[in-house]
Amino acid sequence: MTVFIIRRLLQSIAVVLVMSFIVFVGVNIVGDPVEMMVSDEADQAEREKVIKSMGLDKPWYIQYARFIGGALQGDLGKSFVYGEPALQIIAHRIPATFELALAALVMAVVVGIPLGVYAGLRPDTVGSKTIMAGSILGFSLPTFWVGLMFIMVFAVILGWLPSTGRGDTVELLGIDVSFLTMDGLAHLFLPAFNLALFKISMVIRLTRAGTREVVHQDYIKFARAKGLSNRRVVLVHLMKNIMIPVVTVLGLEFGGLIAFSVVTETVFAWPGMGKLIIDSIQSLDRPVIVAYLMIIVLIFVIINLVVDIFYSLLDPRVRLSEIKS
Amino acid sequence: MTDDTPTLQVENLETHFFTKDGVAKAVDGVSFSVGRGEIMGLVGESGSGKSVTGFSILGLVDPPGKVVGGKVLFQGTDLLSLDDEGLRRLRGNRIAMIFQDPMMTLNPVLRVDTQMIETVRAHDPSVSVDEARARSRDALGQVGIPSPDERLRAYPHQFSGGMRQRVAIAIALLNKPDLIIADEPTTALDVTIQGQILYEAQKLCRDTGTALIWITHDLAVIAGLADKISVMYAGRIVEQGALDEVLDHPAHPYTRGLLGSVPGHNTRGKRLYQIPGMTPSLLKLPKGCAFKDRCPHADQACEDAPEITRPVEGRALRCVHPQVDLAGVAS
Repeated sequence: MTVFIIRRLLQSIAVVLVMSFIVFVGVNIVGDPVEMMVSDEADQAEREKVIKSMGLDKPWYIQYARFIGGALQGDLGKSFVYGEPALQIIAHRIPATFELALAALVMAVVVGIPLGVYAGLRPDTVGSKTIMAGSILGFSLPTFWVGLMFIMVFAVILGWLPSTGRGDTVELLGIDVSFLTMDGLAHLFLPAFNLALFKISMVIRLTRAGTREVVHQDYIKFARAKGLSNRRVVLVHLMKNIMIPVVTVLGLEFGGLIAFSVVTETVFAWPGMGKLIIDSIQSLDRPVIVAYLMIIVLIFVIINLVVDIFYSLLDPRVRLSEIKS
Repeated sequence: MTDDTPTLQVENLETHFFTKDGVAKAVDGVSFSVGRGEIMGLVGESGSGKSVTGFSILGLVDPPGKVVGGKVLFQGTDLLSLDDEGLRRLRGNRIAMIFQDPMMTLNPVLRVDTQMIETVRAHDPSVSVDEARARSRDALGQVGIPSPDERLRAYPHQFSGGMRQRVAIAIALLNKPDLIIADEPTTALDVTIQGQILYEAQKLCRDTGTALIWITHDLAVIAGLADKISVMYAGRIVEQGALDEVLDHPAHPYTRGLLGSVPGHNTRGKRLYQIPGMTPSLLKLPKGCAFKDRCPHADQACEDAPEITRPVEGRALRCVHPQVDLAGVAS
């Protein structure tokens, strides 16, 4: 097990290094930030000064080496726009996005898995056909439109839930969170559900497919032949077998939730990272873009690592083959 | 319940599968009985309905299949009249089942001890986990698994096929059932292991009075094991009787065909007999006797479906052209 984790860790570091190179080079060949920073009346000397201060006079590999050197010390450069460390600007926005993504993930699991198992166990009932039709809607309706409809129905017409911002927040371990106050929870619900809708549909489909496959396996019949209650057959024998693909996909999708919550954050004016990256791309604020992308890469890599470890806990066969190889 | 009440008495059991293309009568009026300590072989080709018969007894037929008629009397109680909970209490407790493919019967993601302990505690929650574990260990020892303490903590994929089937058998034995239904349990195993398991199964029935239904297509297995035999064809019993009687004087052409296709000492160098044709689809059974298209003795009389006859005590036959004069043999 330890060998397995160490190997995975080394692979993760390699991935981060390669990605940092791609991100850095990629961002540095797009556009010219100097044009955005310097006023039109500036003369050549002023321009040179700005270029020098941003370190853009050096060849790209020196820039890259500096960037890596800084990154290793936790310094991803200063924002061209705000003049503050890029990492700090992003870190300030992370909790809001994280909370939103986590809430959406919890909804996807809590709503998606039971519905999927039900649809898998009783595929011919009206209920499960409704669930499956609903999941198609969840897949195909555009997020921004659903978000706007939510605001219209629940905030404007019914007036049940607020439509913008995070509401009251409380500090938990030094981080502002919404979900611990009633007001914050009310603010969190609509955007989280909006973000979760796609994932709920996906979890339903995944769980249903898994259930349909596993329920016909001999070991399920054998479990019933042993006289186990239906509850135990479904919750232990079936669930543990279908959780492997669900955990994998959910893990990867959590990264996606964080990275691409841009739309939902914009619709609901949720003060997270998504809005920040859109602004930074528009103003060609390279350090913030690079820092954001690096953080996303890091999040994906960490999630992958955690999923792999979970995997081996869920399925003993994975553990064994990994140790052998 | 008196001593001579059979452990299991099945009467006119009918299990039908309601498919898009019509109703398949997988089990069509099957009757037999098994007494205490008795071993019955249920023999037939693939698709003859023998496994479905086993599952019907336990109420484990999956949709679109459904038990539509008959009686399954277990120690006098009709299992078909029980609700789900009543059946659940019997399953794995008084009636245990062993499946065909040992690679598939154990849940791959649960440890062996989990799968054994839950079987004990599903029927008696008052048994502590430690006690259930001790019983599981004893059961593993009983089926000849070395160092059972260690093996309890293993996962199914760490066992070989033969060992897994032993674990499945140990699970079946855990609650000391009165009836075991074994659905081709040795088909996937090699011959030496098969021999050991047959020996142990027989010993168990003789020692504890457990009744055993051994479902198989392999007459050679039955010959060394069973007390009586029921031969199934296309969902019906075509011949039934004490093992020696049926094997020595097979009266149904199908039974004769099956016996003729088993290699023996004096068939060396000769071609084995082959029953012509193949098992008919249950959706398109021929009118009259289901076997008539493959039968060398079929004639006009076979156009009407033959009824079960009892030419002598303890024998049942569904054929208008018995190949042996059973009454003559008996006298």
